[in-house]
Amino acid sequence: MLASIVTTEWYLVLAAMLFSIGMVGVMVRRNPLVLFMCIELMLNAVNLTFVAFARQNGDIGGQTTVFFVMVVAAAEVVVGLGIIVAILRRRPTATTDDLAELKG
Amino acid sequence: MLDLVWLIPALPLLGFLVLLVLGRKLGDPVAGYFATAMVGLSFLVTVGVFLDLMSLDAEARTEQVTTLFSWVAVGGLHIDLAFLADPLSITMCLFVTGIGTLIHLYAVGYMHGDSRFSKFFLYLNLFAFSMLMLVLGSNMLVTFLGWEGVGTCSYFLISFWHERESAATAGKKAFVTNRVGDWGFMMAMFFAFWAVGSLDYLHINEAAESLSVTTATAIALFAFVGACGKSAQLPLYVWLPDAMEGPTPVSALIHAATMVTAGVYLMCRISPLFEVTADYAGTIIAVVGAVTALFAATIAVSQNDIKKVLAYSTVSQLGFMFLAVGSGAYVAAIFHMVTHAFFKALLFLGSGSVIHGMHHEQDMRRMGALRKFMPITFGTFIVGWLAIAGVPPFSGFWSKDEILLAAYDKSIVLWAVGLVTALLTAFYMTRQVIMVFYGEARWHDAHEEHGAHGDYHAHDTEPHESPWMMVLPLVVLAVLSFAGGFINMPFSHETEKLATWLEPVLHPHETDTAKLPLALAAIAAGLVGIAIGFAVYYFKKLKPVEPKILLDGWGYDRAISNFMGGPGRKAFDAIAWADAHLVDGAVNGTGKLVQATAGKARRVQTGNLRNYAAAVGVGVVLLLTWFVIVRGIL
Amino acid sequence: MMELFVFVVAAAMVLGGAIGVIVSKHPVHAALSLILTLFGVAVLFVAQEANFLAAVQVIVYAGAIVVLFLFVIMLLGVDNAENLRIEPFKIQRPLAAVVSVAVFALVVTAVFVARDASTAATGTGLEVLGDDGTPIHDGNIKALARDLFSDHVLAFELTSVLLVIAVVGTVLLARKPRKADLQEVGS
Repeated sequence: MLASIVTTEWYLVLAAMLFSIGMVGVMVRRNPLVLFMCIELMLNAVNLTFVAFARQNGDIGGQTTVFFVMVVAAAEVVVGLGIIVAILRRRPTATTDDLAELKG
Repeated sequence: MLDLVWLIPALPLLGFLVLLVLGRKLGDPVAGYFATAMVGLSFLVTVGVFLDLMSLDAEARTEQVTTLFSWVAVGGLHIDLAFLADPLSITMCLFVTGIGTLIHLYAVGYMHGDSRFSKFFLYLNLFAFSMLMLVLGSNMLVTFLGWEGVGTCSYFLISFWHERESAATAGKKAFVTNRVGDWGFMMAMFFAFWAVGSLDYLHINEAAESLSVTTATAIALFAFVGACGKSAQLPLYVWLPDAMEGPTPVSALIHAATMVTAGVYLMCRISPLFEVTADYAGTIIAVVGAVTALFAATIAVSQNDIKKVLAYSTVSQLGFMFLAVGSGAYVAAIFHMVTHAFFKALLFLGSGSVIHGMHHEQDMRRMGALRKFMPITFGTFIVGWLAIAGVPPFSGFWSKDEILLAAYDKSIVLWAVGLVTALLTAFYMTRQVIMVFYGEARWHDAHEEHGAHGDYHAHDTEPHESPWMMVLPLVVLAVLSFAGGFINMPFSHETEKLATWLEPVLHPHETDTAKLPLALAAIAAGLVGIAIGFAVYYFKKLKPVEPKILLDGWGYDRAISNFMGGPGRKAFDAIAWADAHLVDGAVNGTGKLVQATAGKARRVQTGNLRNYAAAVGVGVVLLLTWFVIVRGIL
Repeated sequence: MMELFVFVVAAAMVLGGAIGVIVSKHPVHAALSLILTLFGVAVLFVAQEANFLAAVQVIVYAGAIVVLFLFVIMLLGVDNAENLRIEPFKIQRPLAAVVSVAVFALVVTAVFVARDASTAATGTGLEVLGDDGTPIHDGNIKALARDLFSDHVLAFELTSVLLVIAVVGTVLLARKPRKADLQEVGS
């Protein structure tokens, strides 16, 4: 099926890179919105992986999974942004480091 | 009448309950007569049961169990509140209730005028109930109930005049020392249950042959520890001399005739076990008995309190009984128990009469020449003296002789110790008789000193004879002390009535030794003792030997209190410290440890999102490492 | 050949946008970089014949989610630049570097070690076969729909519930509290 130079592994490696970059962003950035965007990067990396495998295995289930991931990501973004709005309305200049009330 | 055997302990119990409620209202002397009547009725029932039992054949006599109700039914343990009316227990009941009645009557006169008159009889009846439960119990637990009961009543009665500190202390001492012995009894019960599965005497004795030597020896020796406590043998005898703080009827009933014999009774009850125990078990018992007998006799030689002499004498005579048990002559032990009950009760009551007549003077050095003032007391006391000294045909001779015969069969050394003790017994009793009843009147010298327990009478200058209530029991006991030996004369099988009666329960002691030479030796020892006594104290030919160390009881008491107060106390304090710090400390320490750990651990929750993200990242790396490298690909 | 070219360009878009997201000081710049990444991913979807997903990616992700992000940024006025020079936790950046490199390395190892492992094709295939037995043209949507509405229909229904809940919840969360509510709560 894949008689080309670009094999599945290329896509998988690319997805891994994207995922790692997303991880760095999550750990380093302090602005909550940018943090969220980095999470979106990681989700996209996962989607790429699924689609690559769906193509390799000839199974449409991979694409269905991507479909669901996108739906859930959308829902998650909606709720997450709602929370951020609720918090940042009171404290506009807060960063993630300041939102530490739940410490033990 | 046999199925009414439960009435025997029930009547004194009823007396106790009635006096508990109505005692103070009945007052002096009705309460006393009521209590006496209860015990007297109990005696009549006992006689009835005795006659019924005699009409059965020998085998059937051992099996008469009357069950009242099921007491403990837990798992494999089934214990009924049941009474075993066999020759041994009925013999004990006879003299417990008989002498008990006499002493109750005596006490009505002795305690006249005491402010807590009815309480005294309440305790006496409770004691009678407990003792009868002890003796009639068909299993070890009912016996233990009675055992503890008599210990408690002993405590109540010894410290009856509890305003006097020495009396209160003596009561506590008696109770605590008894408790130490009770541990032995309980261990014996545990072993018996573990080995046989039942606490019933009939089951235990039947299963005796199937027990291992170790188990049987263990049961026997632990029971002996309990007996040492209750019957005041070495090393647990210390409470008995102090127990003389109680009123004289108490000393007579509890500490001469009945409670202290409980230990001997127990050993005889489990005597079938001795067929199976190791040889050294019997030897230990016999040796302890003999040594105690000698030890106590030496102390009695230099006592000056009229009751203390008799107390040590009791310890000594109990030693004789254990010597018999250890030598396998159970019938001899019971025989001596019976005769001892007669003459010792007589001697105690007589001394009580003397104390009463001397306005509560107890020091013999201030008595003397009382035979003119208290003739009946004097006469009965003489009978008791001759009985205990072992002069035939008084009862003491026959029973003591049988014991010495058994001791001779066991070991000549033991026989020799017994013989020397018999000599000393005769000696110190003679000394007592002379100091109290003969010689010059020495009481004029010390008018100011009273007996410590209050002076109810007007201060007469002359001692007087006691009232009829006190004198009548003395006379009855004197007759018994004289004739009591005839129930078991060693001449032939027919005259050995007691042995025959007890035969299905207690195996008789078979012997080939010639009885006559030993009997003559015993008589000689008694007479020599009496002669020396007269020579020292009456004719004043020899110097009296009364070293202080004997007065102190060889310093044994003081050694115990030094040990308990010194190292003993330190040990207890150490244990208390260990409990507070180690045991409680471990528990508290666990709590503190958890708190400390939690305090450190909660610092992980920084509340900061990025720290959590970092932690998640590290976790992911570790997981992936395990899957990819350790397990080799996902 | 074409595929290689497409792949390289798309990969450049993806990685460029990703790095842009994590190094931008301004949140709006980060959002724009994110759009670049999402477009790159969409291109890669097309290259792998997941046409429908590519379309959904552009419409939902780039068109809705990022727009939502921008709305929130503008609404709250949190578009102040973050000072990336300072880092309160000294260990955080080195740790982030180590962790991401480690994850990348491990995943790549897994990929290359397992590349020869056989995989069984389960489930429905990528193609929809027509009446004559040959795959019909542009059957991706049909195939996806066939799988979605037969094997995964329950999950499908549940996601609809999920979306409703998410919307309702967020509306509630993000409401401005009315004065009356505040007084009720306070009394």
